[in-house]
This record gives sequence, structure tokens and C-alpha cells, in this order.
Amino acid sequence: MQAPKWLNIERRPIPSGRTIFAVSILAIVAALIVMGIFFATYGVSPIRAYGSIIGGALGNWSGFSETLRRMIPLLLCGVGLTIAFRALFWNIGADGQLLLGAVAATGIALFSGLPGPLLLPAMFFGGFAAGALWGVIPAVLKVKLGINDVITTLMMNYIALYVVLWLIHGPWRGPSMRGYAYTDMFPLSARIPTIGQSHVHWPTLVLGIVLAIIAYIFVNRTRSGFETRVVGENPHAARFAGISTLKTVVIAMLISGGLAGIAGVGEVAGVHYQLLDPTQISMGYGFTAIIVAWLARKNPLAVIVTSFFFGVLMAGGDVIKVNLGLPYELINVFNGVIMFFLIGSEVFMNYKISIRRH
Amino acid sequence: MGWESWVISTLARALAYGTPLLLGTLGEIYAERSGVLNLGIEGMMIVGAYAAFVVTYKTGQPWLGVLVAAVVGGVFSLIHAFASITLKANQVVSGLALTMLGLGLAGVLGRPWVGLPLFTPFNRITVPILSAIPIIGPGLFTRQCILAYIAMLLVPIMWYILFHTRIGITIRAVGDDPATADSVGINVARVRYLCVIVGGIFAGIAGAYLSIFYRPAWTAGMTGGIGWIVIALTIFAFWNPVYGLVGSYFFAALYFLAYRMQNLMAPSILKAMPYVFAILILILVSRGTLQKRMGAPRALTLPYTRGEE
Repeated sequence: MQAPKWLNIERRPIPSGRTIFAVSILAIVAALIVMGIFFATYGVSPIRAYGSIIGGALGNWSGFSETLRRMIPLLLCGVGLTIAFRALFWNIGADGQLLLGAVAATGIALFSGLPGPLLLPAMFFGGFAAGALWGVIPAVLKVKLGINDVITTLMMNYIALYVVLWLIHGPWRGPSMRGYAYTDMFPLSARIPTIGQSHVHWPTLVLGIVLAIIAYIFVNRTRSGFETRVVGENPHAARFAGISTLKTVVIAMLISGGLAGIAGVGEVAGVHYQLLDPTQISMGYGFTAIIVAWLARKNPLAVIVTSFFFGVLMAGGDVIKVNLGLPYELINVFNGVIMFFLIGSEVFMNYKISIRRH
Repeated sequence: MGWESWVISTLARALAYGTPLLLGTLGEIYAERSGVLNLGIEGMMIVGAYAAFVVTYKTGQPWLGVLVAAVVGGVFSLIHAFASITLKANQVVSGLALTMLGLGLAGVLGRPWVGLPLFTPFNRITVPILSAIPIIGPGLFTRQCILAYIAMLLVPIMWYILFHTRIGITIRAVGDDPATADSVGINVARVRYLCVIVGGIFAGIAGAYLSIFYRPAWTAGMTGGIGWIVIALTIFAFWNPVYGLVGSYFFAALYFLAYRMQNLMAPSILKAMPYVFAILILILVSRGTLQKRMGAPRALTLPYTRGEE
């Protein structure tokens, strides 16, 4: 649509870091205001709602530990997605890759017979490999056959979900679980240590932060990372420069799928200690991580901040569900709203908008 | 129980389950032909399903439910249109956001309606004369929904408009080469807006079919991924309504046949089959050059700004 005559829209060359930050904050504030109106129509004062979200998620240790617990998978999936999105690969399948990581970790924990000290490292490697495999299949299908990545990664989410369901209802159903659809509990040596009685499996959190830093270095300081950006930003230039799209996209998806797989390891080995219903393992982390990565403007380091922010929202969402009787789906509404404000705000980043004088 | 009963039940289920797929696909074909990928089908479908259920429940009028679902689907699609056309936002992200928003809104608003029985769903109709044809009669013309036949009738109409009228040429021009379309005086943004709205209307009607006929009740997430299969079918159909019909019924038939294999396979594996099929089908039709020749809109997902290439 051509803009109205009184508006002047000019493309900005490259937005500065400060512009990006300011615009992102404004987008979040706008989304929070819209959600506030939503709360109000639900008969809950927005101040009270936000008060309980913040108080519930940050005000005491049990709330804060829930925030950190939600942050861990969002961080790992989000960091991976920044790399995939940079290669212009639309990985909508982090949820499925996470589940596959959980499956691999469970298989190793329960059936590998590895001695105790080797168990956890093997589970992390296995989870990475399984998630990476699940991520690489759509990468190869896209580059080799031109098959739409959004579709394949999405479909593979569903396939992963049913694989988990099949395992817990069938071959892996725990003999000691009295017919319930869970696997047996992991042996103690296959459990990631947590802080006190909380669900904060801190080694995974530390690993996530370290991986965010490594990913940042990868993107900004290595040849492979540079090639990822070229493939994403200018495929023609990439071909001209002899950069292999296949190799680049496959590497990006190895990382993206692999990190989501590690997130899955963390969920089963750090929180649940068994494989259980897929909706309880993931709770949509893979989808929320898309917003986490987008809000971080594809910067792996910024994901540390944005994943924490969404950890607060998820933990706070649980609190308002219990305390204020608001439906949990509100968090989906919020996710949708904030995503629209984020992408909508990009017009202010990439274009300079002013009112035209005659 | 001979082969006839298998054929009859497969035909009947292909038509019943294929109809929402077909409706969604017809709309998405128009949106994508104009150059706008809308991944929000699932979201538009679920708000349509919700709206149709509530209106039909309150008024007892299924047709009014369909009408309102169409309007709600169309209005809801405007969010995506505004973001991706006016604001030139990324279409993938915007579509995903629309799905999240739709699933969330319908989940929240639908909370009080869960589990209520719908007393006035669409009647199952049996077409006179045609239903007497052996096999095809009981398969395709017995106890189906009127919307199934409307969807079928829309196929040749939508095909004719797209390929044999000025409107269709305009839509395809906008989706293939917006700069040239613009230079001959076509309002690119207006065409794209209208096509996205058409997509929303169709998705809304598909949702209505689900909530007031297919399973006349409201449950959160009752669209169950149909919207995503529509996105795959649109590619499978090479952006052509006729192939959209073939693909929708074919997919629905496969889905049903997999279901009939219950005793051969675990239910979870069976439920994964549609998604495996979708990927396999895309692999089968995946020759990139073929896709281009067969109609992939060249400017799909690309926003248009005058003077910028």
C-alpha cells in the first residue's frame, strides 16, 4: 500500500544498536498495554495482574526458581534459533527437536547400561545428536529438494510428539508405573543436580549461557558464522562467493536442532526424571523460543536476557492462573500480541518515518 | 464385508475430512497467488470454529454460524494483511503470530463453552437420485454436509476466476511481478489485502464446518493441525484449485485408510501418519524447477515497495 501523502517513509541504511533497543522496548510496552486492556475486560485490574506476575515470578525463591527453570529450555532453543534464522532457515520445529533430545536421553538413561559417571555426558551428547538429526532432515530437504522448511519442521514436531506418545504407551512404558503412561524413573546417576529442592538444574543453565557466548563468537568471529550470515542476507552473493548453501544450512541446523535436543535432555534429566506426556515435557518451549530469538534480534547473547524475560512471563502465567483464576491460554494471546508488535515495530527500525510538510 | 464397503467408507470419510482441508486450501491458494504466505490458517480456522459454535448455539441457526465465522475469519486475517503488506513485516513470523493469537484467543474465550452439546448442528443431507448410484451414491452423496458440496462447486469457480478472468490475471501478476503490475496501474496492496481476506473467509468457514458439523461441540485446539496441512496441500496443489481438490480428498482418504489399519499398528504411530504423508507428498512433488513452471508465485513472501527491488 502506498503510504498516505502526509507520511514520509525512508529506508534507514542500518539501524543503530540504540534504535533497535529503544524500538524493542517500546514494542514490549505496547504489547503489555494491550494485554492490560485484555486483563481489564476480564475483570482483573491490569496493575494487580502484572503485580502478581512479577511478584509471583521474581518475588520469592520458589517463584524465581520456576522462572529459571522455564528460562533454561527457552535459552537453549532460542540461541539455536538465532543461528537458524540467520541462515534464513525457518526452524519452527524446535519443539520436536527438543522432544527427540528427551527421547535419546531417556533411552541412554534407562537402557544403555553405561556406568554412572559416563551416563550424564552420554545423555547430553545423545540428546544433542538426536535433536541435530531431527533438525538436519528438513535442512537437507530444503536445500536439496527445495521443500518448504516451515512445513517440514512443523510436521516433524507432530511426528516427534507421536513418537514420544508411542514410546510411553508402548515399548518404554515403565513396569513400575502401575500402567500409567510414563517410563520408569531415571537412576540417580542419570539426574542433573539441582539447586536445593527446586527444579533449577543449574549445570544445564550454565551450559546454556556458555553456549550463548560460544554462539555469539561463532556468528561474529568465525568464517562459518560469517558464511551463515551471507547465505541468510544475500543468497546470490553467497553463491557468487562460492559459499556452499547446503553446508551452511546444515551446520546452522545441526546447532539449532542440537541445542534444542540439549534442552530436551535438561527437561527429562533435570526436572521430570522420566519420559512422560510430550505436552508436559515441552509446554510449547520451541514456539516461545521463536519469539525469544526474534526479540533478541537474532543476537545469541541477547537471548540470555530475552529468555529470562519469557521465563518470568511463563512462571508468572502459572501464578495468575492459580491466584486470579485467569486461563493459562492468556500466555498464548500475549505471545501472539507481542510478536505482532515486534514485527510491526521493525518498520520503525528499517524505515525512518516522519510527517511531511508541504 | 467386501471391498465395496471399504470403498464406500473411504469415499465418505475422504469427503467429510477433506472438506475443511479443501476450504482452507482454496483460500490459501488465493492469498499465496497474490504473493502473501499466510501461516495463520490454523489461527483463523480456530476463531472461525469458535465463532460459529457460539453463534449457532445461541441462535440455533447453523447458517448464521457459518456467516459469522466467515466474517470473523476475514477480519482476523486483516491483522496479517496489515503486518505483512502495509508494515512489510516478515510473513513467516506474522503468520505464526496470527496462529498463536488465534489459538490463544479462542482458548480463552471458549473456556465457558467447553463440553456444551450443540443441539442444532448442520443436518446430514442425502442427495436425491445421485445417492442411488451404486458405491458412489452411498459414498459421496449420503449423510454429508451441504458445505462439502458447496466447497466442491467452488473449485471450478475459483479455478475459472484465477486462470480465465481479468481478476485472476491481476492476482497472479501481483504475485509474480508486483513492480510490473504496479506500472500498469494495478493497486498491488489492495489486491493482496483482498486475497488475504479471501483466505481468512475460507479458513473461517472451514472452522465452522468443524465445530458445527464435523464434531458439533467446542474444544480448545479442535482444529488439531488441519491449518498446517492446508499449507502443505497448497504447495502440493501447485497453487491450483483443481489440484487442491485432488490433494485434499487424497490426503483425507490416506488419513482414513491409515486409521482403518488400527489392528496392524499402534494408534500413536497411526496418528503420526498424516504428517509423514505430508512430508512424503512434498518430497514427491519437490522438483524445484517443476514447481516454478507449475505456478509457484515468484514474489511469494516478498513485500512490495514502489521503487525498491
